[in-house]
Amino acid sequence: MSTEWNVYLDNNATTPTDPRVVEKMIPYFHEISANPSSIHGAGRRARDAVEEAREIISRLVNCRTEEVYFTSGGTEADNLAIKGTALSQNERKKIITSEIEHHAVLTTCEHMAKFGYEIVKTPVDQHGIVDLDFLSKSVDENTLLVSIMHANNEVGTIEPMGEITRVAHRHGAIVHTDAVQTTGKIPIDIDALGIDMLSLSGHKFYGPKGIGALVVRRGIRFEPLHHGGHHEKNKRAGTENVPGIVGLGKACDIALAEMASEEERIKAMRERLWAGIDHNVEDVRLNGHPQKRLANTLNVSVRYIEGESMLLNLDMHGIFASSGSACTSGSLEASHVLLAMGLPHELAHGSLRFSLGRFNKDEEIDHVIKVFPEIVRKLRAISPLYKDKSGRH
Amino acid sequence: MQYSEKVMDHFMNPRNVGEIENADGIGTCGNPVCGDLMTFYIKIEPRTEDPDEARIADIRFKTFGCGAAIAVASMASEMAKGRTLTEISSMSRDDVANMLDGLPPVKMHCSNIGVQAIQEAVKDYLKKIGRDDLAGRIKGCPKKEN
Ligand SMILES: Cc1ncc(COP(=O)(O)O)c(C=O)c1O
Ligand code: FES
Repeated sequence: MSTEWNVYLDNNATTPTDPRVVEKMIPYFHEISANPSSIHGAGRRARDAVEEAREIISRLVNCRTEEVYFTSGGTEADNLAIKGTALSQNERKKIITSEIEHHAVLTTCEHMAKFGYEIVKTPVDQHGIVDLDFLSKSVDENTLLVSIMHANNEVGTIEPMGEITRVAHRHGAIVHTDAVQTTGKIPIDIDALGIDMLSLSGHKFYGPKGIGALVVRRGIRFEPLHHGGHHEKNKRAGTENVPGIVGLGKACDIALAEMASEEERIKAMRERLWAGIDHNVEDVRLNGHPQKRLANTLNVSVRYIEGESMLLNLDMHGIFASSGSACTSGSLEASHVLLAMGLPHELAHGSLRFSLGRFNKDEEIDHVIKVFPEIVRKLRAISPLYKDKSGRH
Repeated sequence: MQYSEKVMDHFMNPRNVGEIENADGIGTCGNPVCGDLMTFYIKIEPRTEDPDEARIADIRFKTFGCGAAIAVASMASEMAKGRTLTEISSMSRDDVANMLDGLPPVKMHCSNIGVQAIQEAVKDYLKKIGRDDLAGRIKGCPKKEN
């Protein structure tokens, strides 16, 4: 089956780089390609570009310019935050995170257990909101770091960062947040929220891949993971990825100007998609918080059928999404996020994530609404569970 | 991950989907790895207890699972049709995977449950006609799920 459709609804995995970002980057591959550490004129021009990007990022999250440290992306920023703070001290030996973190945080925390750290994973409720009572009881004088994501990549639930930092700071713990899914999508005021460290990544909001940043508030100590030259104030050695940094800056620039209107437009499309699915397919459920959720994320579970088989059918119709089904993960384990939210295995199995973005159009949503019910009908006709549970064929 | 054209063909157009009323044997096998489910329904002809004579005359299935699981069930059903019970008891997951021009390594376990569920259906038939001894010799599904 061939199709002319090319409906990319996997923007939480990565976004297409905005052409305006690409355009801004191009001169920095050849014309302005000197090393920003060089003191000659060519080097100074590259340095200016790097510092300009740093300044734009600081405006996007409301921090000081010198608090932005460039990294190779979200994963490195998460590693640097967690390992960097752990390496900088010897007194506190507990790290608190949540059960629904991205693997960049979860695996890093689990790794720190090998070095004598106690790792506590805060549970979440049915909507994916962290249990503040549990957190409050867990934080103590031995707690070094509380690392909880700003919004979850699978279901889009937005965590109450202000309350989290209040609880953590009572005992002097540092708060890190993985804001990879929120940066450029919703306003972030790191100051008002009281966040100490924040990870962001370019490719999740129309910037290039392989560039990100860790924002570290003044006074928060952390050790570098990369040693070498004096880059990034000795906190991250290595010649700067200048085109990437410039692209990241441009992505932030666009977000500052368009975030509010884009959020509204994307949310309207997502609501239409959900309504279209909900009205035309029975036995579906919405995963994630009904309101406190990223405007672009729609995670649904379709009962009695499995996610990969839905994805393959959608793919045939030129629609690209993702699933938390065990069958789609290399490890054959269902999404840890959905399971932590209390979904039974069967519903995690039938989960689908549509994540919308800047380049989606209304007619693409219409296309999904048109073909999806038929895909579900076809797969349910094969499913032994459908008959069993409903008495229909 | 890439599926072969044959897998995609059987996935998009699965053969022998459905159920058989008054089936001679019904077999279900669940996937301990990812939690999927397959049920096969078989009709036997002639309905003898001689496993070298009795053949699968008709076969239907239902599957809750991934693309590979659906393709495996479809292919296995085609392969099983017309076979004697002895032949079914020696069918392996590799036979099905080979007929599908291979499966990605991570999907080989889906091939297991296809064969095992059909073998369960055969066991069910043998038990129904009072030959638990013969049924006991067929491997079937390792962990019975109901
Ligand atoms: C919440 C979250 N954190 C971290 C990452 C990793 O970011 P990167 O791909 O830039 O390393 C991702 C994306 O994969 C993510 O969604
Ligand atoms: S049925 Fe789950 S991976 Fe195939």
